[in-house]
Amino acid sequence: MGSRLSIALLVFAAFTAAAQAQEKTSDKSSDIIAHGEYLARAGDCTACHTAAEGRLFAGARPMPTPFGTIYTSNITPDPETGIGKWSADDFYKTMHNGRFPDGGLIYPAMPFASYTKVTRADSDAIFAYLRSIPPVNQKNKPHELRFPYDNRQLVLGWRTLFFSEGEFKPDPTKSAEWNRGAYLVEGLGHCGMCHSPINALGGTSQSDAFKGGLIPMQNWYAPSLTSNREAGLGDWSIKDITDLLQTGVSARGVVYGPMAEVVHNSLQYLNDEDTRAMAVYLKGIAEGSSPPPASTALPTAESSLLISLGKTVYDKNCASCHGSQGEGKPPHWPPLANNQSIEMQSAVNPIRMVLNGGYPPGTKGNPMPYGMPPFAGLLSDNEVAAVVSYIRTAWGNRGSPVSAREANELRSAPLN
Amino acid sequence: MFARAAASAAVIVTIAAFDGAAAQTTSQPPDTMAARVEACTPCHGNKGEGTSDVYFPRLAGKPAGYLYNQLLAFRSGRRKYPPMNYLLEFLPDPYLAAMAEYFASEHPPLPQPAPSEVSKDVLAQGELLATSGDAGRNIPACVSCHGPGLTGMQPGVPGLLGLRAAYISAQLGAWRYGTRTAKSPDCMQLVAGHLTEADVTAVAAWLATRPAPDNPAPVPKGTYALPFGCGSQPN
Repeated sequence: MGSRLSIALLVFAAFTAAAQAQEKTSDKSSDIIAHGEYLARAGDCTACHTAAEGRLFAGARPMPTPFGTIYTSNITPDPETGIGKWSADDFYKTMHNGRFPDGGLIYPAMPFASYTKVTRADSDAIFAYLRSIPPVNQKNKPHELRFPYDNRQLVLGWRTLFFSEGEFKPDPTKSAEWNRGAYLVEGLGHCGMCHSPINALGGTSQSDAFKGGLIPMQNWYAPSLTSNREAGLGDWSIKDITDLLQTGVSARGVVYGPMAEVVHNSLQYLNDEDTRAMAVYLKGIAEGSSPPPASTALPTAESSLLISLGKTVYDKNCASCHGSQGEGKPPHWPPLANNQSIEMQSAVNPIRMVLNGGYPPGTKGNPMPYGMPPFAGLLSDNEVAAVVSYIRTAWGNRGSPVSAREANELRSAPLN
Repeated sequence: MFARAAASAAVIVTIAAFDGAAAQTTSQPPDTMAARVEACTPCHGNKGEGTSDVYFPRLAGKPAGYLYNQLLAFRSGRRKYPPMNYLLEFLPDPYLAAMAEYFASEHPPLPQPAPSEVSKDVLAQGELLATSGDAGRNIPACVSCHGPGLTGMQPGVPGLLGLRAAYISAQLGAWRYGTRTAKSPDCMQLVAGHLTEADVTAVAAWLATRPAPDNPAPVPKGTYALPFGCGSQPN
């Protein structure tokens, strides 16, 4: 009797221990999966690998490039059409080297030149998350690339010029926070894909990192993150930077165009610590000195006429929200005075905002954003040029006037 | 003495609070949907009544479910019009629903119908199609879904009044060519596929001549049965 009871107790104890151990492991693996999901958001994997109205991570989202259209691939755990047969090693090598497990070359529309900086642990977490989502049996759509770009071997040349493999190496002279920010911005965040000049070969040289450039196919200008005359954040407060990244609006300005997409799909999901780390790093890389104001190609008489017409257009159409002195009602109606995005050398973005208007993204922190009306149908090329010239030069702004021709050219810029 | 001091302290506090509130209201945009949808108004009018541009539709008073479906379709690109696709791309569902409610609840008066530019014969052909359809060609009457008064039905069937001929004919064309699609079964694509260009011109012209009824509101859900399945108006 006594021994039977003790056996029963022993069995019970063993059973409980096993159950506890199992619970612990599954807790741990669900933590890793949740962390992987967080990192997949930080890397904006979700938005690119999911088509409009398509299944999560089943790919087939078209990515227009100057070389043709690339379709993103199915990265669900489906063994036939997804990455169900991959190991964590395969996944890490792909992220790190930009090659498929069979050695095949990946087109650099996949930002492996940034993802190479991602740590093995983070890569494993993302892989664990991708293993946990429902498999979707959907064949990858073939790319539609023009000759000669349909020859994948050309990627070898691109890699020689623009790809250097290697995980992120912390800078020991900087704080842990700065290094965390650098890891996120340079690695998963792949900010350099847009915020660095892209040359005719579709690559970015290391020395030009974060120096800004026109985004191919989209015709929006991704401003420099190092020059305070563009989107350099040297004289922004940390709070204004974190507000902009997390909610899409701030006391200094709001995000729009492709950056609205980044905040909507990725940055709004980052926690306060990571957002702050990115802000600290971004503020840190801004260069102190400002180059002299841009000179204008327009004759002075023409530009002063433009600017006087511009004030009339502004007072009638813009001042009710942006204020007679360009002070706005931040964060929702952004200030135009002392706004780098208005003043910077490229006038592409201010012209496009006047033509197309836009809403900042709806985010957890700003679920019902205020929007700007499109003026393309209301203002002539001359009036667009005039009002943009006015806001670029009024209230102490140091931008240059723009011509009606520049305004006209952007009427045909793609909207999505 | 004490009471007076306390009273004046209370006054000071009140003034300070009042000042604070005033400062806040002057430095922030109004916390209203009207201010939030200002991006829509140059094309659709301040209250969604439409503008002089004949290609931009009236939104006011249409069923909220219909407007919400359109906002979702523009956001996903299912309904193609780049300026709308662009504006809505990063707005969340609850906000789009609030926008739809806002315009659905506005009731500016319907416009006076403009004199038609087409012949009487064409108008008569339009009236016949809109009110009786053409069973031989599988074309149902507009009124069989959009209601005897053409005011639509809650929640998903839009009214057809207050729209210009150019807009109606452009939309029927968009359905025929597949640039406007709706949830399956896409009833309007099926209908528009049976229309000729002459039919489109005639129906659009006749609809645009209809005067405002006494009650322009969409009828309640289930007032009548639709003649065939429609993804936008599940039974």
